[in-house]
Amino acid sequence: MTTDSNHLPDSLHDSPEVLPAEMSETRPLYWSIRRELWENRSVYLAPLIVAAVVLFASLISVLTLPRRMRSLPNDVPARHALVVKPFNLAPAPIMLTAFLVGIFYSLDALYGERRDRSILFWKSLPVSDRTTVAAKACIPLVVLPSIAFVLSLVTLAVLFFFSSVIVVLSGLNPVSLWAEVPLIQEPLVMIYGLAVHTLWFAPIYAWLLLVSVWSRRTPVLWAALPPFAILIVERIVFGTRYFANMLGYRVTGAMKEAFGMTLQGGHRSSVDELSQLTPGKFLLAPGLWVGLLFAAACLIAAVRLRRNREPI
Amino acid sequence: MTACIEARGLRKSFGSSVALDGVDMRIEEGRIVGLIGPNGAGKTTALNAILGLTPHQGTLRVLGRDPWAERDLLTREVSFIADVAVMPRWMRVSQALDYVAGVHPRFDRARAEGFLAKTSIKRSSAVRELSKGMVAQLHLSIVMAIDARLLVLDEPTLGLDILYRKQFYDSLLNDYFDRGRTILVTTHQVEEIQDVLTDLLFIDRGRIVLACSMEDVQSRYVEVMLRPENVGAARALGPIHERQLFGRSILLFDGADREQLAALGEVRTPSIADLFVAVMGKQSGQWQGAA
Repeated sequence: MTTDSNHLPDSLHDSPEVLPAEMSETRPLYWSIRRELWENRSVYLAPLIVAAVVLFASLISVLTLPRRMRSLPNDVPARHALVVKPFNLAPAPIMLTAFLVGIFYSLDALYGERRDRSILFWKSLPVSDRTTVAAKACIPLVVLPSIAFVLSLVTLAVLFFFSSVIVVLSGLNPVSLWAEVPLIQEPLVMIYGLAVHTLWFAPIYAWLLLVSVWSRRTPVLWAALPPFAILIVERIVFGTRYFANMLGYRVTGAMKEAFGMTLQGGHRSSVDELSQLTPGKFLLAPGLWVGLLFAAACLIAAVRLRRNREPI
Repeated sequence: MTACIEARGLRKSFGSSVALDGVDMRIEEGRIVGLIGPNGAGKTTALNAILGLTPHQGTLRVLGRDPWAERDLLTREVSFIADVAVMPRWMRVSQALDYVAGVHPRFDRARAEGFLAKTSIKRSSAVRELSKGMVAQLHLSIVMAIDARLLVLDEPTLGLDILYRKQFYDSLLNDYFDRGRTILVTTHQVEEIQDVLTDLLFIDRGRIVLACSMEDVQSRYVEVMLRPENVGAARALGPIHERQLFGRSILLFDGADREQLAALGEVRTPSIADLFVAVMGKQSGQWQGAA
């Protein structure tokens, strides 16, 4: 791997100066992300398993699709809803799993290495704290959304292929299926949904990473207790619920700002039209930028804190 | 010759307890230095400061740089084994090689593979499946394949059996050490590194209490096992330590005349362990008679 492997031992130390890096900045980052995936196989296994389960369930439901399509020969809206339903349902559990895995991952990322003392091994190598924290932040912010997107896409592709085969085998015209499935629109909505949620949830992941680098034990408690305490104190002292509303907004705000959607009476309409996407409104939402600033502050603090962290 | 490590008035305290209380030391390049001290003397704190793992007060230069402020630059030149068993347990041997090769510009993978070939460690094993001794072998194989100028070892053989311990230091001497490298090691198993070291640093309560080369130890310190009738005469010469063995008195002198002592009994150079007890005993009464 290294270029100086063939030198004789005595010729290695000609220069008394510390040699500059012969390595690009991104290489340690790339290998650090790879090693996160070696250690945390749940990052890809959990979404993969959920995708397999979702696909399995969807395929079973598709088996009866021709029969149900035949029962609605003239009702165009009902037929559309029927055909599109499995395609609309499939990606959500996969993406939700990715977000959940991201939360558990972030909570342990900088805590586990201190608990198992391996931080002393990582710190003995020329990987800066900045690179380490960046690699760990990349998992929930880049890797997991990408995995969720690819798995959702593959799930939909398999589902589409299988549905077509079933429809053709039952003697129906496959065009009746293809015309209904939003082939272009669905991936666009998926990528948009993943992007806005990742940006919206970034402060949550960053907060959890900060807690994981800081706490000496039970990072779960340390992550949850301060917000809970603020909430309680605010409720008792001022009788208000601004903080609770803020937390709620952090969970559901992306849907509201990016899709112009609200939860009404427990019923959430699905995204059928690209016109439902409101990227302009999302980008102008102060909640997005406040959240990103908070996330950046948490990550910078995590880099600084990791500098003199020791095994626990 | 340039100094590899230079400290002037190095201080570090944790709250009210002082771990380093004005350490002065200078370690030249190409030395193998043993940093030896009782538990809680400040060994690990000193190493952490040298490795840039902890901030410090006072002047500290490692390869001409401030290890805390310029740690990211030094990590390519300084290797360390901070403890036994810090290799991540989930990691496979092949992954460890891949990773270090990926992040370390001065890692020679072929060399590491060569060292590993001499052991019974399988490339597909996870660290958790290896014995403690094998993990130490793996870590050493990786570290020895890194072309570093300073290698810091903090109790690298703690808990290993004697075969692994001996092999560890043999490899280090035969396959790694040369005049361009410096090794700084702390250990409690002083006897085993006696023949490995070129220099000694004794540390006690955050201060360096003895710094000398092994040649100096031989010329400066002398131990004499006295014939019973000579005990009084020998005590008059001002020994720094006295102990009893099989009913005979053994006195340790600093800078005494060898020939004069040879007339009183059997003269020899003290072991590091005996010297340690003597020097530490001089520092505080509680060590008196510990031999």
